[in-house]
Amino acid sequence: MDLAAVLTLEILNGIATLVLISVGLAIIFGMMRVINLAHGEFLMLGGYAAIVATNRGVNIWIAMLVVAPLVVGVIGLIAERLIIRLLYGRMIDTLLATWGLSLFFVGIVTTIFGNTVAGIGAPLGSVGVGRYNISLYRLVLVGIAAAILVLIFIVLRRTRLGLIARGTMENPDMAAALGVSPPRVYAMTFGIGAALTGLVGGLLAPISGVLPTVGAAYVAKAFITVISGGTAILAGTAAASSLFGSVNQLLTYFTTPVIGEAGLLTAAILLLRILPHGITGKLFRGSL
Amino acid sequence: MSFRRGSASVVLTALVMGATAVGTPLVVDQFGLLQLTVFAAMCILALSLGFVWGYGGILCFGQSAFFGLGAYTYAVTAINAGESTLAALLAIVVPAVFAALLGYFMFYGRLSDVYLGVITLSVTLIFFNLMNSTAGDAYRVGKARLNGFNGMPSLPTLNTPGDPGRLLDPTETYYLVMALLIIVYVGLHLLLASPFGRVVVAIRENESRCELLGYDVRLHKLLVFTIGGGIAGLAGCLFANWGAFVSPNVFSLTMTSQIIIWVIVGGLGTLVGPIVGCLIMQYLATELGSQQLANTNLIFGIIFLAFVLLVPRGIVPSLRRLGARHLGPAGAPARAHE
Repeated sequence: MDLAAVLTLEILNGIATLVLISVGLAIIFGMMRVINLAHGEFLMLGGYAAIVATNRGVNIWIAMLVVAPLVVGVIGLIAERLIIRLLYGRMIDTLLATWGLSLFFVGIVTTIFGNTVAGIGAPLGSVGVGRYNISLYRLVLVGIAAAILVLIFIVLRRTRLGLIARGTMENPDMAAALGVSPPRVYAMTFGIGAALTGLVGGLLAPISGVLPTVGAAYVAKAFITVISGGTAILAGTAAASSLFGSVNQLLTYFTTPVIGEAGLLTAAILLLRILPHGITGKLFRGSL
Repeated sequence: MSFRRGSASVVLTALVMGATAVGTPLVVDQFGLLQLTVFAAMCILALSLGFVWGYGGILCFGQSAFFGLGAYTYAVTAINAGESTLAALLAIVVPAVFAALLGYFMFYGRLSDVYLGVITLSVTLIFFNLMNSTAGDAYRVGKARLNGFNGMPSLPTLNTPGDPGRLLDPTETYYLVMALLIIVYVGLHLLLASPFGRVVVAIRENESRCELLGYDVRLHKLLVFTIGGGIAGLAGCLFANWGAFVSPNVFSLTMTSQIIIWVIVGGLGTLVGPIVGCLIMQYLATELGSQQLANTNLIFGIIFLAFVLLVPRGIVPSLRRLGARHLGPAGAPARAHE
């Protein structure tokens, strides 16, 4: 019984982690059709922002929830203005340019902080479930993942901003004819996607620690989730995360984390063989 | 006419490479020769991506997966068999088979370019994590311990086929690697000049038109991908043999981005380009590594960005265009072949 509860929590945790690491990427890809290969480095920068701020005496929650998204959001805006904007519509060139950007970030962070692991302690303690202990912070992460999804849904569905964003995504020319400036919408979207990524990087820093090359550990999973999810940002991310999160955690529990990761990838390749346009290319079509 | 001009330049390049191969040991010391050996092995790797991406139009970000697979296959087989001929063959076959398998899922699922890039990249990173976690005595294949992130040291190096006691010395290895580089270079050109190669290039130019003309696009792409995987595996085998060492770094993000940079810098859609790009960047990496002036990733990132934004064609095609402008249309290379 306790084992079942713990296992359920583990799976929820796996799903939440996938949602968290891929949501920023999903927004940028879903809205702009830009695959940001520097996504992992945005996570890494968020982690460093949170750690540096915490070590300077900022409250850890403020560091993770405010400082990290602000810093990375601004970096994202600058990157959009200097690089991404020049390459709109050239998907492969954007891919390559963001790859260059990712190397650049790894290099510059290594130069500043050195190639060592930095970390902060996880806030909150743990609670006992029968014979097992569960980290409270991981539970909070599950809540935050759900909250982020709900928030995005509300913004896209209920606000004027969301309407403009969806309209621009659907038909940029028509949106421009109606007085919306697509470049500004794109810049904003990229900034928000980057900020969310930074937030997640901050949130994950206490769990996994940060190192200049930590992005590579996340980026594969995030891409697989987003691509398997398909075009719908929310439904796709949620569905793919649920599927892969469960596969990953179950395999991890019964074998090793690495087998879990390999299983996740295999599941994704099999899935894309059957549904080449991702889950939402066939199911839940027309959802957000 | 264009075909002859193309083949003349190929023969010329091959001759230059051959002359370099024969001439260098006379002027360069042992250390320089070792350096050149690894450069040449990397050039073979660059050629494999230059072929798959530049001619096949397949955006493969995971060429290092096949490279690494080749290196590990060589290591494991050579340790178990105690001789290198079988190991070297398997180092080509295993990555090729893996490429065929992966390619089946990707091409027959009709995934688009960008998805291909991301999936191949993810495969590489998973391999990286997988090999990193194989530390400890439990992970062994026959007599070979995989050793996780520490890598597998003191591998048996190449020997004369059929005579395990007679190992190749560094100079012989150098000749072998250079010969293989020239063979791969000329071989790929011959392949591209064949009807098969023509169709491959046609598919790159317009996939649906080829499909409507009755060519099996998926099969052609699969074959290109498989050949590329095999060549990358060969490069991996030579690399493992060069240092008598292999570690999970062959799968790392740094490795895989380096290959992309070589091809981008040298130029897509040529075979000389990747070789030129590889030599320039390898030289730069060695210099940067020994001078410790700035982080290699930082410099590579800037070069990568600069080329994508400012010189998207790469060095060789840009120079050719420049040359063509000065020489007039007669000097323009035939694009389909060269």
